[in-house]
Formats: sequence, structure tokens, C-alpha cells
Amino acid sequence: MREPVRTIQLSVNGQASTVTVPVRKTLADVLREELRLTGTHVGCEQGVCGACTVWLDGEPVRSCLLLAVQAEGHQVTTVEALGTADHLHPVQQAFWENHGLQCGFCTPGILMTVVAFLREHPAPSREEIREALAGHLCRCTGYQNIVRAVEDAARRLRPARG
Amino acid sequence: MKPQVFAYHDPSSVEEALELLARHGPGAKVLAGGQSLLPLLNLRLARPEVLVDINRIDSLDYLAEESGWLRVGARVRQRWVERDPAVRRAVPLLAEAVRYVGHVQIRNRGTVCGSLAHADPAAELPAVAVAVGARMVARSRAGAREIPAEEFFTGPLSTALSPDELLVEARFPCSPPGWGWAFVEVSNRHGDYALCAVAAGVCVADGRVRDARLAYAGAGPVPVRLPQAETALREGWPLEDALRAACSEARRLLEPEADIHASADFRRHLAGVLTERVVRLAYRRAVDGAGGARA
Ligand SMILES: Cc1cc2nc3c(=O)[nH]c(=O)nc-3n(C[C@H](O)[C@H](O)[C@H](O)COP(=O)(O)OP(=O)(O)OC[C@H]3O[C@@H](n4cnc5c(N)ncnc54)[C@H](O)[C@@H]3O)c2cc1C
Ligand code: FES
Ligand code: FES
Repeated sequence: MREPVRTIQLSVNGQASTVTVPVRKTLADVLREELRLTGTHVGCEQGVCGACTVWLDGEPVRSCLLLAVQAEGHQVTTVEALGTADHLHPVQQAFWENHGLQCGFCTPGILMTVVAFLREHPAPSREEIREALAGHLCRCTGYQNIVRAVEDAARRLRPARG
Repeated sequence: MKPQVFAYHDPSSVEEALELLARHGPGAKVLAGGQSLLPLLNLRLARPEVLVDINRIDSLDYLAEESGWLRVGARVRQRWVERDPAVRRAVPLLAEAVRYVGHVQIRNRGTVCGSLAHADPAAELPAVAVAVGARMVARSRAGAREIPAEEFFTGPLSTALSPDELLVEARFPCSPPGWGWAFVEVSNRHGDYALCAVAAGVCVADGRVRDARLAYAGAGPVPVRLPQAETALREGWPLEDALRAACSEARRLLEPEADIHASADFRRHLAGVLTERVVRLAYRRAVDGAGGARA
């Protein structure tokens, strides 16, 4: 069979772009290879590790389990939209200060989950934080510091609310 | 790119989808939430020639209570069911069990009907469907039919659906007054498929169990209902004796498989332990009039 392709309009981090992609290409691969947004990482490609987590219409999803053509008409948000090197997002700042990352491979996915989670749970218990992180594998930091970073991030975000 | 080449269709109506399924036969696969199908495509364990994506079919996006049934359209995500307070009232067992399916990121895409159609024997929602007596509404170009949950699951990852049929809706009966429901599960990690899970409902009047429903996940090739254990609960008294009898029926009758996660013996042991736990919880909720509300 010839490789079926489709030209689609993607809205990523508020920016529209037109790309022509094979229909079997996942959103994760299109973000990285076509749009050069390499903050989204690819680990297992079966939904387990969480490294590829992005938002689709504001909700965290696995970009390895979504075809890029399925994202047409939806808003995609990646870790690149959270903060910049000079102005980290408060959650990024909390991860940095609490040693919530080591190699950083799992971090972008975790950040996307945590920012969405704290939106709904501004004052989470440790148990709730652990449950929220369950969909992510980290192979080097150790989860204690990640949990601590999320607790700290919740504190940082709270006063800003209202 | 991981998946093998396929042709991709994203129709906007059920009729178009049925037309595509009829035309392509067994070479076609329905794509719903993709949370089971995409991993299979990425691993090339599934190599369909054609994908029929139902995510653009807006008419399948409804969650409604009607004449004593909760109707769940094929595009309804698990997360919607989890968040909707109406589901908690109408079918508390479904609301409680859905939180055990994978993680938030999976439930944001995964559909209720997709989980039923996928028919993993360790999955939570098929056991719920069997426990409450749900009905599956299947459509093909030839027409529509309704399949009771107990006839729908025919083996591991197999259902009574034919390749040209779309599961358009799952119907769950609303919990009648007097019933309490509970779902308990043991898995290796939070969000994993169940090593063993039990879905239970008991109807209690004057402190006695008048009726009961028990269904198990991870305890056989399909979700298993255990009428013998249900009878033990109905007929046994006092409650402690009834519980003991029901648990021993579960251990005697279930034939779980061994796999890398757990031995058959361990799963059988779990089935007994969880039967007691789940019935106590459902009983308490029935007596408190809490239905299946989580504490
Ligand atoms: C990391 C991870 C953890 C998970 N953990 C769990 C878990 O603990 N418990 C659990 O139950 N599941 C788990 N899942 C699977 C998840 O629940 C899926 O959402 C579900 O099994 C399938 O639903 P879907 O909508 O994603 O279907 P898809 O993946 O799109 O489809 C699955 C299958 O069903 C068919 N199908 C789907 N919809 C229809 C329809 N309407 N009519 C006819 N055929 C249809 C497809 O053709 C395909 O064969 C997990 C998945 C991942 C990635
Ligand atoms: S790469 Fe998507 S979950 Fe691992
Ligand atoms: S920081 Fe290295 S995998 Fe998590």
C-alpha cells in the first residue's frame, strides 16, 4: 500500500501550522520531527511511561497514543508553553529547587500532568499527589523528591489564586 | 513510525462508519479512544488495513439517564463518567470502578464502550457490565440489536460483535432502591489492570440479603458472574455464615489463569478475600442507603 498522507492544520501552543503527515504518524512524532518541539519525550510508545504527555484541549493525554491527524481541530499544548529558561513556570521552579529531576527525561510529561492536576486540586494530600503521578515512570530521580516538588509547587501556586 | 501502513477514515456520521465497516470487513478496525488499539498498532500486534475513527461522530457523544437506564454513547470518555455526579447516583458501581482504569491521561481519551469492546478479561468495566446486567447496543448496516452483557463477552479480547458491527451504546440499569454496590481490586501498581477485582451488589431488607450480584475480573477468560455465590449470600444467615459460604464458592468455582503477574492459586486466594471485603462494603452501603457513594 502507498503511504497515505494528509495535510492538516494543527494548533500547538496557540500557534497554527499546516503540515502534511503520514496518517499513521503519532502526535508525539509530529511534534518532535515536524514542529521541532522536542520537549515532548518519547519513551515506551504504549502509554505506560508518561514521557509524551501533552494537553489536548487542556486535558493531559498520551501523545504517543494519538495520531497527529486526530489532533486537527483541537488545541494542543506542550511543555514549551509552560515557561522559558528565564521565567520558569512555578511548577518548574519547584522541581528545580526540590531536585525533582535528574536527567530530565520524564520531566516534561510529569510537568504537564502536575500543572493540570494542581488546577483541580490546589491543596492536594500526599496520597492524591502519588495517585496523580502514578501514570509516570521516572528512572533516576526517585519519586520522593518529585512528590516534594509537587507539594512545594502547590504552595507556590496557592497565594496567586483568587 | 511504529504502526504498519493503514488507510484512515474519520467519518462524521454513524451511517458512514457502518458503510466503511461493511465495505472493508475484518481488515478494518474501529478506533475509539485508542488507549488499547494504539499500543497494539505501535507494537504491530495489530495490523489492520483500514482504521475507522469514530471520534468525529458527534451523535455518539451522549451520557443520559432515561427510563431507568443510563445510556452511554460510544464516544463518551471514561473521564466523563468518572466526573459526572449523575452517574454516581444512577449507577454507583460504574462510577466507583472507572477510577481504577489506568490513569487520568488514559481515561481522558479511553471510552467506556471501547473498554467493553476490547474485552480484556482483567478489565474493570466488563465486570461492572456483567454485575449490573448492562446491555450492549450494536449496529451494522443490517440493523441494530441488543446484547446482554453476559452474552457479549465470549473470550479473552473477543466479543459477540461481528466485524461490520459498531457498539454504538452501552446501557446500564439504574440502581434500584435498597441496593448497595461496591468495587474492590488488587493490582500490582495503581492504574494497572486487576490481578483480581470483584464487583458486587446486594439488596438488603430488614438486615437480610434478599438479592445479590457478584462479578469477577481477572478470574477467567471473560468477566465471570457467580450465581452460586449469590445464592449463598441470599440463603445464608447470619451474615457471617453467608459470607463464609460465598467466599468458599468463589474459591471453589473460579478458574483464574496464571501469568507473569500472579499465579492461579494467588488469584483464587484473592478472589476469596476480595469477595468478603466487597460484600461487607456493599452491605454497609445498602443499609446506610448510600447506594455506592464513596466515603
Ligand atoms: C497505560 C495504560 C493502562 C491501562 N490500564 C487499564 C486498566 O487498568 N483497566 C482497563 O480496563 N483498561 C486499561 N487500559 C486500557 C484502556 O482502558 C482503554 O481505554 C480501553 O481498554 C479501550 O478503550 P478505547 O476507547 O481506548 O478503545 P480503542 O483502543 O480505540 O479500541 C479498543 C478495541 O475495541 C474496538 N472498539 C472500540 N470501540 C468500539 C466500538 N464502539 N465498536 C466496536 N469496536 C470498538 C477497537 O476496534 C479495538 O479493537 C490501559 C491503557 C493504558 C495505555
Ligand atoms: S511514550 Fe507515550 S507513554 Fe511512554
Ligand atoms: S529524571 Fe531521569 S527519568 Fe526521571
